[in-house]
Amino acid sequence: MANHNKPEEAPDTGHVWDGIRELTNDPPKWWTVTFYLSLLWVVVYFVLYPSIPLVNGPMTGILGWTSIKEYKAAVEKADNLRAPYVDKLEKMSAQEILADQEMLNFANSYTNAIYGDYCAACHGANGQGAEGRFPSLLDDDWLYGGSVDLIQETVTYGREGMMPAFKGEISDAQIAQLADMVIGLSQGNQGDAASWALYEEAGCGMCHADNAKGDVDAGSANLTDSVWRFGSSRDDVIRTISSGVNQEDVEGTHNAIMPSFEGRLTENDIKLVTVRVWSFGGGQQ
Amino acid sequence: MDQKKAQIDESNVQELYDELAQWHINTGGQTIHAKRMPGKFRTLKWITMSTWLVFFLGPYLRWDGQQAVLFDIPNRQFHLFAITVHPQDVWMLSLVLILMAMVLFGVTAIAGRVFCGYFCFQTIWTDVFTWIEEKIEGLPAQRRKLDKTSLNFDKAKKKIIKHSIWLAISVLTGITFAAYFTDAFQLWVDYFTLQANMVAYIVLGLFILGTYFLAGYLREQTCFWLCPYARIQGVMYDKDTILPTYDAQRGEPRGKLKSNSNTGDCIDCHMCVAVCPTGVDIRQGQQEGCITCGLCIDACDNIMEKIDRPKGLVRYASIKEIRGGHLKPLLKRPRVIVYSSIIIAAFAGVFYGLVNIAAIEWHILHQRQPLYIMMSDGSVQNKYTFKILNKSKEDITARITAQGIEGATLTGIADTLELKADKLVPFNVYVRTNPTQLPEEHTPITFVLQNINQPEMVFKEKSVMVRPPR
Ligand code: SF4
Ligand code: SF4
Repeated sequence: MANHNKPEEAPDTGHVWDGIRELTNDPPKWWTVTFYLSLLWVVVYFVLYPSIPLVNGPMTGILGWTSIKEYKAAVEKADNLRAPYVDKLEKMSAQEILADQEMLNFANSYTNAIYGDYCAACHGANGQGAEGRFPSLLDDDWLYGGSVDLIQETVTYGREGMMPAFKGEISDAQIAQLADMVIGLSQGNQGDAASWALYEEAGCGMCHADNAKGDVDAGSANLTDSVWRFGSSRDDVIRTISSGVNQEDVEGTHNAIMPSFEGRLTENDIKLVTVRVWSFGGGQQ
Repeated sequence: MDQKKAQIDESNVQELYDELAQWHINTGGQTIHAKRMPGKFRTLKWITMSTWLVFFLGPYLRWDGQQAVLFDIPNRQFHLFAITVHPQDVWMLSLVLILMAMVLFGVTAIAGRVFCGYFCFQTIWTDVFTWIEEKIEGLPAQRRKLDKTSLNFDKAKKKIIKHSIWLAISVLTGITFAAYFTDAFQLWVDYFTLQANMVAYIVLGLFILGTYFLAGYLREQTCFWLCPYARIQGVMYDKDTILPTYDAQRGEPRGKLKSNSNTGDCIDCHMCVAVCPTGVDIRQGQQEGCITCGLCIDACDNIMEKIDRPKGLVRYASIKEIRGGHLKPLLKRPRVIVYSSIIIAAFAGVFYGLVNIAAIEWHILHQRQPLYIMMSDGSVQNKYTFKILNKSKEDITARITAQGIEGATLTGIADTLELKADKLVPFNVYVRTNPTQLPEEHTPITFVLQNINQPEMVFKEKSVMVRPPR
């Protein structure tokens, strides 16, 4: 044992500088032991884990560990944890899920990725849409109906609305008159008789219904509520009437196509996305 | 002590170096085999040591059919008899830690390293280990001899028995510790049927190693070189702190007992050194190695009794007392006053916290993107996520209402909510109102959660409702 207390008695190398002797004390025992243990660990590690890179890939080590395997094991573990819930979701109907807070929460977490991958590009990360271009899923205005079944239908088969372009069919003044009328309707005005007559004559009521409240079966908008599919300003409305929706070769027409997800998403995933969209806050019975 | 100090005051620096030269620093070069002598402080140590039995018995206590003390990490709960503490109450933990630190500081300022000498697991486990060593290998002299003899059958037998018992204690220590984190009885079964999980074995392994090496081999070296408390406590002393002290004025000049000499009371029998578990010579004054266990007081008193001189040559005394002064009354010492006020405040806080642990903890997050949604009838809707944690042990049926905004309606949640015991559930809640009811762009709204079966149980949370700018 080195004598740390009495340096004057400790052995030295014979080297002396300015009266300072170089001692030959051993390094502390704990240090030596740790050092050799670490060397040993290096050997053990080389044997157990991938180590030396060779021509055809590294030495694999006897544990056969790879980071991909570890990753897959972790994924499997997570899947196993989720399995009972996922199974349960599969067996439940959309309505049942909506009635069960715990399963609803799980379904909403489960669809984060699906929604993000397939829906968010147009409808926004939280379903807020983009004004005038992509409809918001948060409000209670549904062109094709806001019940669970109808939403599911929309997601499954997609939707493609149509509105003729009125430019050329009726005069610009008449288009402007119709625009003023429907903007008035959405603000609670009743609309004057002349405008209603124009409304009927131009054929608006054939799709938007005689009372202008729209028709879910046709996917036509309710013109009396305050939600606007293609923008609420006077210019927006005039453009919509003039150029219509999904009109080929008409300049300024609105493109509004909801793609079909049949075959791209499983039926179960469509159901869960429906649940998510319904519970965004605007779902209807 | 006194004289030495005086010389230093005369700035006789050489004296400092002399003192350093005779200072013995224990670097563990030699195993300390301390002698055991009966006495007041030895008995006291046995008594304070036995408080650790609580640690060993703790996990087996039951309360209401549950483990009374349980740190349930997977479920993030801490059970303490009837009380369940959740991570949300963790501020109380910091108060508890402050409380314990202040008790440590306060006690140390008054009576030295009481913790080290009487309560610290390091000294206590070491004491038990050396006690076992003495039972098996004999008194210190015999042990030193045994260490020097080459290996023979008798030595091997003794060593094997000793180390087996040490290991058994280490295993028991480890299992007991782990038992605070899971069902204690089940853990024993799991450990021995090899069913316990990896973490449990790792914890056990670390504890076995730790106990065995720290108490079996490192012993007083832990106190010298590893333990931070040794340093913290050392700087808490002041001139009024009472410590085991050698009364140099009475003892010096020391010398072998002869009938006609005029030496002091210390007969230089080295008993105080022989019994010291850290190998300290208390006659050189207070020093870092001293854990204030008082065993040298016992030893010295024994000798004084034998040679018929008054006891207390080594005794608990403050520097002031030894110099002939008087102890300052406790309540006039600033440290005592400061520490005890902090202790009282922290204690009051913990007490308040435990008594007022609320059954419900909830947070309301207002949706940011979008801040509001316009509905088809022209009303404005805001979305909130309620995170409701029921911290009580019973299910709660609750109703949530909104206050502060005329005509605001809540949707998204059922009329009555079933809040399961010990569960945190998020709910999406939608509040809709006519924008004319919102005087500000951000109008305050208060949500009220009421327990239907105990209507006096009401919790309020504030948030805001946002409408488009006018
Ligand atoms: S110095 Fe540290 S380990 Fe030693 S007795 Fe004190 S608290 Fe315990
Ligand atoms: S000097 Fe005395 S009080 Fe201090 S550790 Fe040694 S025996 Fe205990």
